[in-house]
Amino acid sequence: MKRRKIVDWVFSGGAYCAVAVMVAFLVLVIGPVFVKGVGAYVFRGTVENRRMMLEQFGRGDSVAVLAEWAEVRRARQPVYDALRAFEREMDEMPSARRKELRAAFKEVKEGVAELLGPEPGTPLPALTRRIYGQTRWDRAKVKRAHILFEEQWDYSGGDGVRVLVPRAPMFEGTALALVFAVLEKDLEGLLRPRLRFYPQFLTDRSIDAHFFGGIGAEVAGTVYLALGAMLIAVPFGIVAAVYFQEYARGGPVLSFLRSCVNTLAGVPSVVFGLFGLAFFINTMHVSRGKSVLAGALTLALLVLPTVIRASEEAIAAVPRTYKEAALSLGAGQWRTILTVILPAALPGILTGIVISMGRAAGETAPIIFTAAVSVGPLVGLGDVLSHPTPALSWNLYNMCTEHEAADEIRHVQYGMALTLVMIVLALNLAAIFLRARVTRRLKG
Amino acid sequence: MSEQTGNAHVTAVGFSVFYGAQEAVKAVDLGIPSGEVTAIIGPSGCGKSTFLRAVNRMNDLIPGCRAAGKLMFDGEDVYGGNIDVAMLRRRVGMVFQKPNPFPKSIYDNVAYGPRLHGVTKRAALDEIVEASLHGAALWDEVKDRLAKNALGLSGGQAQRLCLARALAVKPEILLMDEPTSALDPKSTARIEELIVNLRGQYTIAIVTHNMQQAARVSDKTAFFYEGVLVEFAPTSDLFTHPKEKRTEDYITGRFG
Repeated sequence: MKRRKIVDWVFSGGAYCAVAVMVAFLVLVIGPVFVKGVGAYVFRGTVENRRMMLEQFGRGDSVAVLAEWAEVRRARQPVYDALRAFEREMDEMPSARRKELRAAFKEVKEGVAELLGPEPGTPLPALTRRIYGQTRWDRAKVKRAHILFEEQWDYSGGDGVRVLVPRAPMFEGTALALVFAVLEKDLEGLLRPRLRFYPQFLTDRSIDAHFFGGIGAEVAGTVYLALGAMLIAVPFGIVAAVYFQEYARGGPVLSFLRSCVNTLAGVPSVVFGLFGLAFFINTMHVSRGKSVLAGALTLALLVLPTVIRASEEAIAAVPRTYKEAALSLGAGQWRTILTVILPAALPGILTGIVISMGRAAGETAPIIFTAAVSVGPLVGLGDVLSHPTPALSWNLYNMCTEHEAADEIRHVQYGMALTLVMIVLALNLAAIFLRARVTRRLKG
Repeated sequence: MSEQTGNAHVTAVGFSVFYGAQEAVKAVDLGIPSGEVTAIIGPSGCGKSTFLRAVNRMNDLIPGCRAAGKLMFDGEDVYGGNIDVAMLRRRVGMVFQKPNPFPKSIYDNVAYGPRLHGVTKRAALDEIVEASLHGAALWDEVKDRLAKNALGLSGGQAQRLCLARALAVKPEILLMDEPTSALDPKSTARIEELIVNLRGQYTIAIVTHNMQQAARVSDKTAFFYEGVLVEFAPTSDLFTHPKEKRTEDYITGRFG
């Protein structure tokens, strides 16, 4: 009696622990993604952001933005003046002193250009990202720190320790001292941060390699690829499942086919990617190069085993008595399958489909060689057969690893991650909802 | 015995059914008379259900199942090479042990068969559905909720719905495979009442475990034991003056 209680207790304790660990994991993984990802949609935007939005997207109240811009320009003028005054001052300096200050001044000057944008009246830089100052307040504060402090490494203790050395004392008594003072005390006056809701992040085009704008092209690409893969995989998957469950009579051919499906499920996804390139593009020539179509075909192969298995299980779970009833009324096998078995198996099949769709949306390796490009415009529906597309999964990876300024667009990376997670989550919720609905209709 | 051969709807001559190597029905000779109720009784595993399910070839679903000998339905060889099984099943209605309505509306359940066989006009379907539900004495209970899912019916109602569904294709013969074994006594009584009412309109063959039921509803009774047809006689004779020792032992409850 006592022992049974202890065993019971251990088992339920273990179950609770497992659930707790799972929840903790979820919070640890999804939590930061969520918090940081939301930063792409809601953030403190500076006047540079409002100006960029107006000029690049035609969004915002142009009168108000231009008025604010004029005010900010006036507030910034002393900074630009001080930079020029210091340059003149430097010409007068003894060459030793000038040499000492030149490198530091160059960094300060470039930092100011990045923080506030180029001085009005000077020729516009070629890159859009350089036309504007910092559009996000969090990035602006980081840039300010780069100006105010010099990063040095102290190796006296053996391991290198990062030390931030203020630059201001170096320029004590020069015209540049004003720049440090203003940046330290009145950065808000120079940039006017304000809370901005940016839901259009989801649909906007990106400007200058994601420095500005949103992830519309990536979202569209992910949706095309996932939907396209399902469009191809679902009919084949269901037909295969029907064959396995209703037609196949056992024997070596069936076991061979089954092990083929199971093996397919275990093949690493990058192999699918290479196969897609070799077969669909290089052999079948479904498109001249990478395309949404080739990617969707590859993803369809990847999720096919999942669709087949889920459908098979759903069909196997349909009570045999339904089949007997239909057959006893004179229905042929095919009619029985279409009118009784598949409708009754629908909830299970749907679940399999939506879970596969989540997988297709998130897979990276299969589309690298077949469909994905790092930078590209939003692909129109008419171009999916021939055009490659950016997609969330691949571009997320690409922007974290290959982007020339990966550090500066962390918010876009997290925004993409959050969006991808949300799309998959929404698909799963849709599965639960659909399943409940269909089950309710079936159960009465 | 003259009735049996004179007007038999289903005739078995040396008919056997095998599950792999095992012979479940052994060389049975039996004629199910037209328009009457024939009960098939016997202990579990005696082959009575297997025999019944051979008539509409439902045994085809079981892998490794095959038949030998002759089984004639209305002059046609049921296991003959050129029989249309779907057509055969349409002419042979079946009610199963467990109520098995489709997960569809009550209306769609009854209309399933007629639709299958090409009835598409709403008015014609309505008529068939109503007539069939009347035939199964279910109409008054469900007429206001025909669009509701059939899985919401009670067990007894569901079984009568299955009967209505079978009647809707206008079969010539009704096979009932222990139709009341999953039902409570009251629902059982209603089904038995229905069988008595349907007598004459259809040839009915009912497999049952319940000897009282066989005695109550049937005109003739066949006793199966270990795959062999031991005795086949008018029900009143079989239960009062069994000719075979094994029949007597079974109906008096000495085994089974």
